[in-house]
Amino acid sequence: MQRILIVGATSAIAEATARLFASRGDALFLAGRSPSRLEAIADDLKVRGANLAATYVFDARAFDRFPALLQAASACLGGLDAALIAHGMLSDQIACQRSVEQLREQFDINALSVMALCTDLANQLVSQGHGVIAVISSVAGDRGRRSNYVYGSAKAAVTAFTSGLRQRLYPQGVRVVTIKPGFVGTPMTAAFKKSALWATPASVAADIVRAMDGGKAVIYTPWFWRPLMWIVRSVPEAMFRRLRL
Amino acid sequence: MSTGVSWGLWPRYEQRIIPVTNRFDPLPQAAPMLVFGNGRSYGDVCLNAGGTLLATRSLDRFISFDATSGVLECEAGVLLSEIIALTLPRGWFLPVPPGTALVTVGGAIANDVHGKNHHRAGSFGHHLLSFELRRSSGETLRCAPDQHADWFGATIGGLGLTGMISTARLQLRRVPGEWIAGDSQRFHNLPEFFALAAQSDVAYEYTVGWLDSAASGDKLGRGVFMRGNHLQHDAPPARERSLRFPLTPPISPVTRLSVRLFNELYFRRPASQHPHAIWHYQRFLFPLDRLLDWNRLYGPRGFFQYQCVLPGAEAASALPEMLRRIARSRQGSLLVVLKQFGNLPSLGLLSFPRPGVTLALDFPNRGEPTLQLLESLDAITRSVGGAVYPAKDARMSAQSFQQYFPAWKRLQDYIDPKFSSSFWRRVTRSW
Repeated sequence: MQRILIVGATSAIAEATARLFASRGDALFLAGRSPSRLEAIADDLKVRGANLAATYVFDARAFDRFPALLQAASACLGGLDAALIAHGMLSDQIACQRSVEQLREQFDINALSVMALCTDLANQLVSQGHGVIAVISSVAGDRGRRSNYVYGSAKAAVTAFTSGLRQRLYPQGVRVVTIKPGFVGTPMTAAFKKSALWATPASVAADIVRAMDGGKAVIYTPWFWRPLMWIVRSVPEAMFRRLRL
Repeated sequence: MSTGVSWGLWPRYEQRIIPVTNRFDPLPQAAPMLVFGNGRSYGDVCLNAGGTLLATRSLDRFISFDATSGVLECEAGVLLSEIIALTLPRGWFLPVPPGTALVTVGGAIANDVHGKNHHRAGSFGHHLLSFELRRSSGETLRCAPDQHADWFGATIGGLGLTGMISTARLQLRRVPGEWIAGDSQRFHNLPEFFALAAQSDVAYEYTVGWLDSAASGDKLGRGVFMRGNHLQHDAPPARERSLRFPLTPPISPVTRLSVRLFNELYFRRPASQHPHAIWHYQRFLFPLDRLLDWNRLYGPRGFFQYQCVLPGAEAASALPEMLRRIARSRQGSLLVVLKQFGNLPSLGLLSFPRPGVTLALDFPNRGEPTLQLLESLDAITRSVGGAVYPAKDARMSAQSFQQYFPAWKRLQDYIDPKFSSSFWRRVTRSW
């Protein structure tokens, strides 16, 4: 049984991942913004076999409350073996181009809060000498594109940050996993016409669990995004700047 | 398949889709609206042309499960297959397994679905302990046989018109494992079928007949009868693999010739006569669920399903007439199912199951000739006081519907003022 903290537990990917943890009997501590959603998810996870499913209402913009969150999680679970950081918000690119205020808010949520949480988590896990920190970044962080470079650059920060953190924590026995999903069909995208590039939260979740259990340190999910993003990164700037991606 | 398209792939409408992800959220205010679950009804009961669909498939959370009593409570977007995956390892199964497990609980209630054990277990509504109905007024009604009983009866088989079913409590059924034991045998005409059904209904939980719709002359009404019971069996858990029908072929491979050939082979295959068969439940109860997206087989124009029930006394004469008409039209279908319903009265105001024999077949959409054939089948169904299953229908006339379901006017008192469906507008027209 693993004792796992999930931050942003009401996101579709986090919920699908939590179901896999639950079905193998893990103990889960679910942090998120909406109390009613958290309760519904916790009940579901208990029915699916979770040893424990506790909830904690919090806002990812309140950085000063992260130590309290971690303390509550450890106290409730009797320790902490792994954390999945899944909160985030898909930015409105146009709004961010118009307003620095918007830009800052997006970075607060998608980059800074994740890095702050990782910092507090790292210090706690180092002291115990084991643990896994899994962070959901995005393929969007691999190269900035005109259609969503604010979201992309925030995720790029997360990718670079977790890369450095991974090196720092490696000798201390703490693993850091960077997860880069591509397009994931969620309830909010139900009405879109989907190409073959779209994945389900359940298939992304299976990749996440595999990586957290000891797989690759950086995963693209589904796997084909790795070669795809290699191509996107390899396009010379002289050509890339003319593309409308 | 995609949200907003029904299983028969016809008709297709423009609709606004609003996902519902939190059962505690108030309903959107977007009249006319309708709940869309997993899109397994065939025609337009799940469609709302020019209106809004509330997509509830992600209301897929369990709420509680008591492995001692077999009582399960869940959100209405949970699939029956997901219930089986959760409860079968602990010895509990669906009390009523319909022909596909890929339907939502809400859809199973709204269409009061039935299965191969109707003669024993009745339909889905009989096993509902309670459910919660969200109304556009903001009200939530908890409905049970002894609580808001009128709403309970209006919503079971109520075609999703009374509001959004958000959660349900079901009484599951104890089973010894995931296997079903029984036999299959050929019947050569309809009297043989009726005799087999009468003789098997007492001793077998599940009974169903497959019928050769292409057969005519002295082969008319031939088929294969299958029956079985849950079995204690120590085989290793089966790894059932599913295949996905990968694309919609531009021209359907379902033709007169392929239908004839398939039916002939199906009838003659050795497994059609098997005195001691053991099936995995999936293979016996949900054979088509292993071929995902099989509806694409009928090509881009989609297909019609016709399912009617003919009352006991009249079935013996009406059924051969129907089969003759189908054979003559040479529009026969691959999978024709024949099943004797039991006598347990359905609980829903508009429930389809009623005493008699039910026939289900599908027809590729060839336009006007297909519609004419189906209308001529309706003439027979009407003349013997039968009914056609709304969940499978895309074309019955308002006149037919109003004769089949005389209680339809009473349902109107319970319909949510902000809810409607393409089906409902079509069949409640004055004629």
